[in-house]
Formats: sequence, structure tokens, C-alpha cells
Amino acid sequence: MSPLFPLTLRNVCVRRRGKSVLGPINLTVENGPPLVVIGPNGSGKTTLLRVMHGIERISEGSLEWAAHSPAKHSYVFQHPTVLRRSVVQNLAYPLQLMRVPKDTVSQACSAWLTKINMTGFGDTPATKLSGGERQKLAIARALIRQPDLLFLDEPTANLDGHTTREIEVLLGQASATGTRVVMATHDMGQARRLAAHVIFMKGGKIREQGTCEALSNPQTADLAAFLKGDIVT
Amino acid sequence: MIRLLFAALFASIFTTSQAAEMKLAVTTSFENSGLADVLLPAIKADIGLDVQLLVVGTGQALRLGAAGDVDAVLVHSRPAEEAFIAAGFGTYRREIMYNDFVLIGPLSDPANIAQATTADDALRRIAQAQATFVSRGDDSGTYKTELALWMTAGLDPDSFGPWYRAVGAGMGAALNTATGLNGYILADRASWLNFGNKGRLRLLFSGDPAMFNQYAYLPVNSARHPSVKGDLALMLETWLTSGRAADLINQYRIGNDQLFVFNATQN
Amino acid sequence: MTDILDGLIAAFWLIVTFDAVLWDISVRSLQVSLTALVIASAIAIPFGTFLAVQRFRYRRLAISVINALMGLPPVVVGLVVYILLSRSGPFGVLGLLFTPTAMIIAQVIIITPVIASIAHQAMRELWAEYHDLLISLNATKWQRIKTLMWDGRRNLLTASLAGFGRAIGEVGAIMIVGGNIENATRVLTTAIALETGRGDFALALGLGFVLIGLALTVNIAIHWLSQTEREGRW
Repeated sequence: MSPLFPLTLRNVCVRRRGKSVLGPINLTVENGPPLVVIGPNGSGKTTLLRVMHGIERISEGSLEWAAHSPAKHSYVFQHPTVLRRSVVQNLAYPLQLMRVPKDTVSQACSAWLTKINMTGFGDTPATKLSGGERQKLAIARALIRQPDLLFLDEPTANLDGHTTREIEVLLGQASATGTRVVMATHDMGQARRLAAHVIFMKGGKIREQGTCEALSNPQTADLAAFLKGDIVT
Repeated sequence: MIRLLFAALFASIFTTSQAAEMKLAVTTSFENSGLADVLLPAIKADIGLDVQLLVVGTGQALRLGAAGDVDAVLVHSRPAEEAFIAAGFGTYRREIMYNDFVLIGPLSDPANIAQATTADDALRRIAQAQATFVSRGDDSGTYKTELALWMTAGLDPDSFGPWYRAVGAGMGAALNTATGLNGYILADRASWLNFGNKGRLRLLFSGDPAMFNQYAYLPVNSARHPSVKGDLALMLETWLTSGRAADLINQYRIGNDQLFVFNATQN
Repeated sequence: MTDILDGLIAAFWLIVTFDAVLWDISVRSLQVSLTALVIASAIAIPFGTFLAVQRFRYRRLAISVINALMGLPPVVVGLVVYILLSRSGPFGVLGLLFTPTAMIIAQVIIITPVIASIAHQAMRELWAEYHDLLISLNATKWQRIKTLMWDGRRNLLTASLAGFGRAIGEVGAIMIVGGNIENATRVLTTAIALETGRGDFALALGLGFVLIGLALTVNIAIHWLSQTEREGRW
């Protein structure tokens, strides 16, 4: 059981240039299955993730973790950033930052290369990878340091089905081994496949939340429209 | 391996020379004559002195002496030298040798200065013809001589039209400009004889005593600048006024022409 | 046109006969400019990287100043360094005037802004790319700088070589602070100025071609050593 949870957000608001982008948000996050944030573009999903990760400043309200020990977060962006190095050097980088000894690093790198089905790509310059391969690398790099939390911002938005499936398997494994997964996505099907707890956002506020089954009976018109595939404004 | 290479490359830059050495500021006209290439090795052989030449204009040479950045100067501009001494930067001047200035101009000689009787007459003809004339226009001995000649001719360069080009450069650069413009120019004989880009220019007038050019040696006042090597400057002075120097200077030729006349007196 | 041909021939003979004077001034040119390059890079590259990464109050001003300093006229730098190093000046006691050290000092002043400006630009672009990632990985300030400098090393090399180009071809400043003394502070550029002033264009051009050859050789050697154009590298 992670002592970090529950995470409590009370009246959290984020304002940029006077405009309210997020909030007010009142949310309690317990440990558990992957948490998925869905909603139309501009609904504040990314901002919520960044607030929870700690890289976005809150204009109002409070965000509190249960424990105050420094948590290990990892963040995977929608457009994967790779270092201008080889694949294996990318994987090793987070461990090097933490001064992990060399043997442990190489072991972990080999293990993860296998897990993402990229053995043999070890020495390839990461910039030469395809979008899907980069995203797998980014996720492996995020998970290699065994973080307490993994945030993902629409990670499979631009990827083919095969790669998407591979990634969902990785996320499932991560969740099973104690990493709390928090993910923003468009894809309700993905939420269902990850057996996730779902938050639906619109206009910077949370409109509905619950398990996947619960949300297949939407309470609000917005969610109903969203699930049908209509544009929600 | 690469480290060794770099070490070797840079080691020599920081080693200091063992021979006695001093710095002498000289004018571009002296350097251009080529006399230094004869004198310096002889000085090294005779008295073991390494003379490092800084070749600059007369004004800069005296400025370096005034700042104490050189140990002595060898220039050819009496009024400037006397001002130097009056200001206390040097205590005396020692005449060594003289050469002369010549008037150079285009082969076609539009101002007809080849027929002039005196130097100022020649300059007057140039002004009347408004022929292109290149002037040093800097703080050099050559320029000061040129101004003195204009004054003798009763003319004021400030009133001249665009035919008069003041370049503000050394002798070589000014000669290059004269070649490029095919104009007249006052130069010291040595620089002219050694100049490699004569183009269509020729030596048209010389011989007027007003164009004689006296070189003097001024040691920098060591009371003013203790870091100056007064003793070495004195050694050099003794050599420059010796019979040995007299021989070397008087026998120096470019082609068949003697350039300098030794006239140091023993005191 | 014949002058240029004569120049090429002069260059050829100088090199083939291992002319001692040519050797002396060429080696000194390399010594002065390479030393200036190393010192200037050691100052400029960390500084340029720091400017890209650290936000502080007068950052924009600092960047503008560095870019503007690229336009410092070398001959003015030479004059100022001369005044500082002169016996009558504040640092006269060091006796550095008219030595290769003075030339190195002047060149360091001239090329540091060039290297810093290009390095900063390269690091800034790379930082924009790496920013979110490095922050989310909790990299310390020092770790970020090291990562940027290593991953951006090829662009930093370009910055350095730009500085080298400026140094090896510079003549105004080193003429004033070096004095162009034969066997002591004469280098290729000052020798070219001297021979031009003597009207010996063939020799001046010959030296010029040697200088170009030298600069190209250094650049090619450095690129080869760092394998910049190897397949798969970037």
C-alpha cells in the first residue's frame, strides 16, 4: 500500500493570463486501478495531470499527498521526447541521474529492451525511431526507475493498433506491480481495456466520475454526447 | 599521443629567450629600406644583443617610448624628437645617418616636375596642375617633411581640392595607393627602391637638400620608466655610432644606389 | 590575375622547401589562435549554456549584450588591451606587451562573444526540446547543463570552430599588442600585412594561401576526429 495516497485536491484552480483554465477541482484519489481522464480537447485534462505531477502552479486551492516523502513521478508526453542518443542510452539516462551503479543499469536496460520488443535496437540513434517506437521507448524510460506514479498524456493518440496494444499491456503490468497510472485519453475503449476508474472533464471542471460500467450509463448530457462521438462544446 | 603533440606545440610559446634583448621602435621607412636585415645580425654577432624591432609610424614610435613600452626609438622627425625630450621622455638625441626623400610620379608627369628646380617648385607645379597627390597624412617623419615643403612653397594643404589624397597609412600602403591612382607621392628613397609594386610610377625629382632626412636615436629616459633597459640601449647606441656601423651603413646598396649616409659624431 | 597565379606558385615553393620563416610564423599562428580558442571555449560554452537554462532578471539584456559584442571591432580591442598592458598602464608590471600572451589575451576577448552567442543559440534550441523531459525526471541544474552540453556537442563544436576562424584570420588587434616582431610575435596575418605594405603581392598572397590551407586543415582534422559526418550520427 502506498503511503502517498489518498491525494486530495481542494478547490484547486489554475489561471493563465487571467483566464481560468482549470477548476475549481475537488477530487480525492485513492490508490487502485489506472485512473483515466477523458474529455474533449481543451477540457483541462493535460492541466490536471500537470498539476498532480507538480509542474503546473496552482492559482488557488490546495493539493495534498497523504505522505510527505518525495514521490517518484514519471511523465510521458503526447509527443515523445527522446534524447539525441542511442536507445539504450535513453533508457539508462534516468537511472544515471539517480546514480544507480553501472551493472544494475545495464541489466535494467536489457530487461526493458526485451519488454518493449526492441532488442537489437539498442544502439540505434533514438531520433531514427518511428513514432510508435519512440513512445514505447518513452514509456520504458518512464517505468525503468520504478516510479510511484506514471502520468501519460494521450500516449497512443497517434499510434497504430499493434503498438497501442503493446503499450496497454505495459501499462497493465506497471499498474499490477505498484505504479499508479494516471492517463488522459480520448479513447473510452482504452479506459475499458485498462479496467480503469474514469473522470470526465469539460470546461476545466469534473462533470462525472466513476467506474467504466457506471459511466456507460451517463448522468449528464455532455458525457452522453461525448460517448456517442459528438463534438462537445 | 595527442596530448603530447599539444604539449610540444605549446611549450615553445612560453619559453623565454636567453640572450640579452631590447625593444627598438623604428619607422616603416627604416624597415622598408632593408638596412635592418644587415644591421641586426651584425649587432647580434658583435655584442650579443637581440634587438626586437617594432615597426610603426613615427608618432606611434614616440608614443611607445613615452609609455616606456620600448627601450629606444629610431625616428626621423626633429621637431617631434625635440618635443619628446622636452617632455622628459628622453634625455638626448643622437644623430646616426641620413637618407633623402624623392618625388615619385606617373611616367607621363602631367605636372612636369622633372623640370623643377627645387622641391617646393615641384610641389607648386603639382598644386597648379591639380594632379593627383597621395599624402601619408599621419604622424610620420615623411609627412612632416611633406608639410614643411608645402609651407616653403607658400601653400596650405587644408585648402587643397580632391586631387590631394591623405591616406593616413604607412609608407608601403601609401605607395600602393599611389600606384593604384597613378599619382604623385613623396617617399623616402629606400622605401621606393625596395617597393615591389611600382606600376607606372617613376622617380621624377630628387636632390634638393630640403629633402634630406635625418635619422636620430633616442634612448628612453630610464629615470622616467625604471623598467626600460637603459644599459642595453646605451650598448646599442655605442654600436650604432661606431666605425663598424659606419661601414655597414655607407656600403649598403639597393641595386647600385647608396641609400644612407652615416653622420654620427663621437662625443 | 597573374598576381593570383604568382601567389599560388609562391605558396607552393614556400611549403615544398620547408621555408624556415614560414614554419616559424605558421606554428606561432596556430599556437596563438588554438590557445585562444581553448581558453575562450572554456569560458563561452558553459556561459552560453547557463544563459539558455537559467532564468534570471537581466537574462534578455545579457543575451543582447553578448550578441552585440560579436561586432566588437578587433582593432579597438587591440588598442584597449595595449593601453591596459602598456608599461604606463595598470597591468604594465606583468610585462606582457609585445608577447604572444598579449596576442592570446586580445583574441580571447574578441572570440569569446562569438562562441558564447552561437553556443547559447544551440543550447537554447536543445533546451526547448529537452525542457519538459529533464524537469519531469528531476534532473538537477548541474545535470541539465551537463546533458545539454553533451548532447549538443556537435553544435558546440561548430561554435568553437567559428571562433577559431575569427582568431586565425585576425590581424588588427594582434598587430597592436604583438608588434609583429620578427621571430617573436610575427604570425601569418601580420606577415601578410607586412608584405602587402612592401608591395610584394606574390609573397603576401602565397602566405594567404598557406593561411587558408592551415585553417581548412584544422577544421577538417577536428571534424574527422569527432566523426561529425559519420553515417547515423547527428
